[in-house]
Amino acid sequence: MAEKSKMVEKESLIAENVNVFYGDNHVIKNVSIVMPENSITAFIGPSGCGKSTFLRLYNRMNDYIEGFRKDGSIIFNGKEIYSKDIQLEELRKKIGMVFQKPNPFPKTVYENIVYGLRIQGVKDKALLDEVVESTLKKVFLWGEVKDQLKKSALALSGGQQQRLCIARTLAVEPSILLMDEPTSALDPISTAKLEELVFELKKTLTVVIVTHNMQQAARISDKTAFFYMGELKEFSPTKQMFTNPKEEITQNYITGRFG
Amino acid sequence: MSKYNRNYIVDKTFQWFAIFCTAFGVLSLLLFLGNICFDGIGRINWQFMTSLPSRLPEKAGIISAFVGTLWILVLTAIIAVPVGVGAGIYLEEYAGKSRLFDFFEINITNLAGVPSIIYGLLGLEVFARLMNMGGSILAGACTLSLLILPVIIVATRESLKAVPKSLREASFALGATKWQTIRMQLLPAASGGIVTGIILSLARAIGETAPLIVVGALAYVPFVPTSPTDEFTVMPIQIFNWISRPQKGFAIDAAAAIIILLLITFVMNGIALYYRNKWQKKVKW
Amino acid sequence: MRKREKIIKVLLLACGVVSVLTTFGIIWILLSEASVFFKTVSIKEFLTSDQWTPLFADKHFGILPLLAGTVLTSGIAILVALPFGLTIAIYLNEYAPKQLRKVVKPMLEILAAVPTVVYGYFALTFVTPLMQTVLPSLSGFNALSPGIVMGIMIIPLISSLSEDALYAVPKSLREASYGMGATRFQTAFRVLVPAALSGITVSVLLAISRAMGETMIVAIAAGQQPRLTFDPTVPIETITTYIVQVSMGDVERGTIEYQTIFAAGLALFGLTFLLNNISFWIKKKFTRKYE
Repeated sequence: MAEKSKMVEKESLIAENVNVFYGDNHVIKNVSIVMPENSITAFIGPSGCGKSTFLRLYNRMNDYIEGFRKDGSIIFNGKEIYSKDIQLEELRKKIGMVFQKPNPFPKTVYENIVYGLRIQGVKDKALLDEVVESTLKKVFLWGEVKDQLKKSALALSGGQQQRLCIARTLAVEPSILLMDEPTSALDPISTAKLEELVFELKKTLTVVIVTHNMQQAARISDKTAFFYMGELKEFSPTKQMFTNPKEEITQNYITGRFG
Repeated sequence: MSKYNRNYIVDKTFQWFAIFCTAFGVLSLLLFLGNICFDGIGRINWQFMTSLPSRLPEKAGIISAFVGTLWILVLTAIIAVPVGVGAGIYLEEYAGKSRLFDFFEINITNLAGVPSIIYGLLGLEVFARLMNMGGSILAGACTLSLLILPVIIVATRESLKAVPKSLREASFALGATKWQTIRMQLLPAASGGIVTGIILSLARAIGETAPLIVVGALAYVPFVPTSPTDEFTVMPIQIFNWISRPQKGFAIDAAAAIIILLLITFVMNGIALYYRNKWQKKVKW
Repeated sequence: MRKREKIIKVLLLACGVVSVLTTFGIIWILLSEASVFFKTVSIKEFLTSDQWTPLFADKHFGILPLLAGTVLTSGIAILVALPFGLTIAIYLNEYAPKQLRKVVKPMLEILAAVPTVVYGYFALTFVTPLMQTVLPSLSGFNALSPGIVMGIMIIPLISSLSEDALYAVPKSLREASYGMGATRFQTAFRVLVPAALSGITVSVLLAISRAMGETMIVAIAAGQQPRLTFDPTVPIETITTYIVQVSMGDVERGTIEYQTIFAAGLALFGLTFLLNNISFWIKKKFTRKYE
């Protein structure tokens, strides 16, 4: 484990001059950004600004969208992730993702957590049990669900489901965690719990979180990237961005003049 | 890493297997059309098209079966279309959400699953015997009408369902009655889907063999039927009859007749698809 | 005006009633003719005798041989159609490029539009001789080749219903699985198929029901020899073939032969009715609405 976390520190995620097109729509315009490690980066910006699209570039979830095209490079660990010889499945194990709405599989809580290990062929029951317990503890869910591991994950509350989805992603030990508006479908209490959890997670991994909620960005992130009309307008330490933004348009957005 | 490779290999292997399966479906269709064309295309000529059936394969023709099929097609359409569309309209626009409606709905899904030969038994007892139609074209057409009724009803309902509520409301707001709204707004708007459903169901009807045999259509009809009360045969029955004969010449006749039957079926399906596409393009709600 | 609206409503209702009358008509004629039949033949004999020889001098009225023929041919058909149909559904859903899908789907639908008598010709004149080159002991009439051809015929039924069911699985589950590094194969078999299981089951039940009611393919290529066997290489007879066989001859109303086709029809109707209703029930009960 100790070795692993050292390795994690070396893993880097760099985007350079990235452009994305959906058919004729130019949705990401020449964006370059380097993710700081072991920290939380928030992507903010008005709806349709490209923040989610950009996030999904990192684990290539946009590949399934009709007419998707990209140029520029995204380098993870020194390798271009869109190159032909990259192993897509391997990439996604290292760069995990949590989606807007909780999306547990219609299986038991237990099976949800071990899904990632099972698809890698892990059969050792003791190991699986251990991973279930440790990851559920990481997301502060163990106490709540330890008696219903064999029950359907769909029976959990929305907040619990979302934390389960995070646990499921953590079970394969990613080094980067992408979160696409993970609290948009949750109530305030669940949101608070989740934020606390994200804060905890940055000790071991790099978190990139898309949010439409500026308070949330201000509360939890170390750095914030502001997207507008497909361009990266500003990328600064969060404190600076919310107190003294460099760009006027950022100022306008965070003070609520539009969006 | 090795696990990954195994997963990757499984995935790729399955992909090739799946391509094989898909190709198998499509290829067996082609193989099968090719095989029939090979057997029968040489037999199709004017003599074959215009001759009555015969004991000699080289003198036999499909005129009586062809005319029988046309009769069945037209009569079935005349009977099934108004009843089917009417029932569809009633269920979609009038019935409301009631017990009766649920019953109708279950009933129609059930009817759609009844084997066609059972319809034959119904036709035999009700139309041929009770109503004294015998093995006439009319009895056959009535039987096939009942058979395709569920298809037309479902197509009508689906198409009406797709008409936006705003159109209904606009018409009612202008003071139109329910029937006026249906006749002048909903039916024209839904016509594409309804017509497609009707053509597809009729294409199915002319391919049906078993129910007509049971009702009493004849295998050997040495005359061209001229009225709905005449006895008759249809192309699928003629084909069945020829296939059952031992002489090789009749197998060729069967293949030739199959080519013509398939042509009619495919043309009808083609028209239906063309109509559906055109309608879908034109109407964008 | 009012009156006219009323009349139209009644007319339309009458159209709807035709469909209800059809159902009642079917049940009524099957039961009434079969009840006459069961006055001569005991239900016990019908259900347990292992011979079906109503057209011979030594008459036996056991439905089992016909039932065995029906089950055997339908079973073979499902063994062909299920793996192919489900694989095609998964392929079209998860693997195939959109353009290919647009071409393949209508082509498969053509398979379902071909009149069954044509399939019968194919089974008898093409598949059987082809199989005989591998399996010389195969008789000219057998359960195997009509079973296989029937399987090909119902591939589109299974593939299109299963594809609908797979398609209805929410995109979020698919993304969750891919997002964790699952391959398309793993996503399909570990997430999509289990989530769509009820829909797939429905498609299979409907396909079995369809195969059992299928007439012309078996009438042409399976033979007309009722026998209680599950050997796919020998001539057999299905319920549907028997009905056709009797109908091709000239059978007087009121004779026992005439009644047998209704008794056989009742058995067939009962089976398919059961299968259809189980599938509706599954559809209603297990169609989970995601999101």
